[in-house]
Amino acid sequence: MSLIYPKESLSVYPKHLSPEYKSTVKRSPSKPLIIVPHTLSELTGPAFGHDAIQENDNDLTKQHKGEPLGERIIVHGRVLDEDKRPVAETLVEIWQANACGRYVHNVDQHPAPLDPNFTGAGRTLTDKDGYYKFITVKPGAYPWGNHRNAWRPNHIHFSVFGQSFLTRLVTQMYFPGDPLFPFDPIFNSVTDEKARARMISSFDLENTIPDWALCFRFDIVLRGREQTPTHTEKH
Amino acid sequence: MSEITPSQTVGPFFAYGLAPHNRCDWKPSPGYDWKETIGANLITPDATGTKIHIEGRILDGDGKPINDAMIEIWQADSQGRYAHARGEKPRPNAKFTGFGRSATDKAGLFVFDTIKPGSVPGPEGKPQAPHIVVCIFSRGMLRQIYTRLYFSDEAANGADPILALVPADRRGTLIAHKQPGTGQAIYRFDIRVQGENETVFFDI
Repeated sequence: MSLIYPKESLSVYPKHLSPEYKSTVKRSPSKPLIIVPHTLSELTGPAFGHDAIQENDNDLTKQHKGEPLGERIIVHGRVLDEDKRPVAETLVEIWQANACGRYVHNVDQHPAPLDPNFTGAGRTLTDKDGYYKFITVKPGAYPWGNHRNAWRPNHIHFSVFGQSFLTRLVTQMYFPGDPLFPFDPIFNSVTDEKARARMISSFDLENTIPDWALCFRFDIVLRGREQTPTHTEKH
Repeated sequence: MSEITPSQTVGPFFAYGLAPHNRCDWKPSPGYDWKETIGANLITPDATGTKIHIEGRILDGDGKPINDAMIEIWQADSQGRYAHARGEKPRPNAKFTGFGRSATDKAGLFVFDTIKPGSVPGPEGKPQAPHIVVCIFSRGMLRQIYTRLYFSDEAANGADPILALVPADRRGTLIAHKQPGTGQAIYRFDIRVQGENETVFFDI
C-alpha cells in the first residue's frame, strides 16, 4: 500500500508565524518555503518494533515506587490515516505536567510541587487496529508568561510517527470544556474551529473503570491517503 | 476539507520524555528507567560504510542559539537503502534504522554519529546526491520545519534534482561542511531558522 500526501491537508495547521504566541516571532522561517516533490526519502520512515518499549512505558502511574497524586485517567484512541484506516504498530510518545501543573524538567520552576512518584512520560505502539492506551493522571494547568496571567489549558503532549517522514506529528491533546481555551494562543493558532475540536479529547464514560479511573478518548488522524479512494466512508 | 489532527508546538519540556538519554541538560531524578529507543548515535554493530560525526547549532532570528530544540534525521544506509517497510527482504545491516533524534544543549548544539548515506533514487529515476532529511521541532514552532543535509565533499550535489529546485544563492545553507583533519570525518551543519543566511526549508 502506498500513500500519497496531499499538501492541502496541511491547511489546518497553524502558521509558522503566529505572533500571539510570542516565541514564534524569532523562530519561524521568514523566507518562502521551497516546494519540492516527495521522493523516496520523504515517503519512507522509521518503523519501531515491540523491543522498543517496556512493560510500564504506557502506564505512567506505575513507573515509581508509589502511585502519583491526582485524578487517575485512561487516555486511549486510534491512530488513523486520512482514509480512516488504522495505522498499525506505530510509536506513540506522550509527556505531560503532573496533577499540580509542574513538569519534572528543570527549566520549569513554577511554584507547584513535584511528585516523586511521577515522571510524566510514556510511550506505546499501536496494535493492528491502530489502537493505543495510556494510564496516567490528569495534568494540571500552569502559568507560562506569554502574556499577562497566561495559563496553558490542561494538555498532554503527543508525538506520533505514522508510515513516513511526512506523517510525523507532534501535537497536544486537550480536555473537553476547558475554560482556558479562549485565552490560549497555542490552541487558537489553529484557526479552523472544527480542526481545533480534533485536538480535544472526549469524555468516554463507557470506558471509565468504576471506582478506579475516568477515561478520555483521543483519535489521531495523520497525513496520507490512497491515490484513488477505493471506498466511501459511511457517515 | 482535511480532517487531519493539527500540529502543536513540542514546547520547552519534551526532553525527559523524548530524549532522556540524549545530550539535553535535564537529568532525570527521580527518573523512570527508559530503554533508549531513539538516540543520536545511529551506528550499529552491523552498519557498514563510512562512520561520520555531524554537529551544528540551531539559531533563531537574532542569531541566538535555540537551546530547547529537537532535531530528527532520516537517512539511507551506505548502499542507499532505507530501513522502511516491515516484512521487506532482510538487509544485511538489519539493525541500522537510519533514524536519529538529538535535543540541543545549552549552546544550541546537536550532534549525531552515523554512517554516510549512499545515493537514493529521485524523481524520474534520477539519482539523488547522498543526503539526510531533517525535521526540527522547538518551542516557538507550532509545526515542524523540514530541511535537508548534503555533504560538501560530494560532486553529485551538482546534479541533485532537489538542490536544483533551490535558488543557487541559497543552496549553500543545505551543505554540511567537512572539517579539516585526518581522523573520523566531522561535518558541520548550522541551521539558521530565520534571517540572514536563513536555511532553506521545504514545503512538503
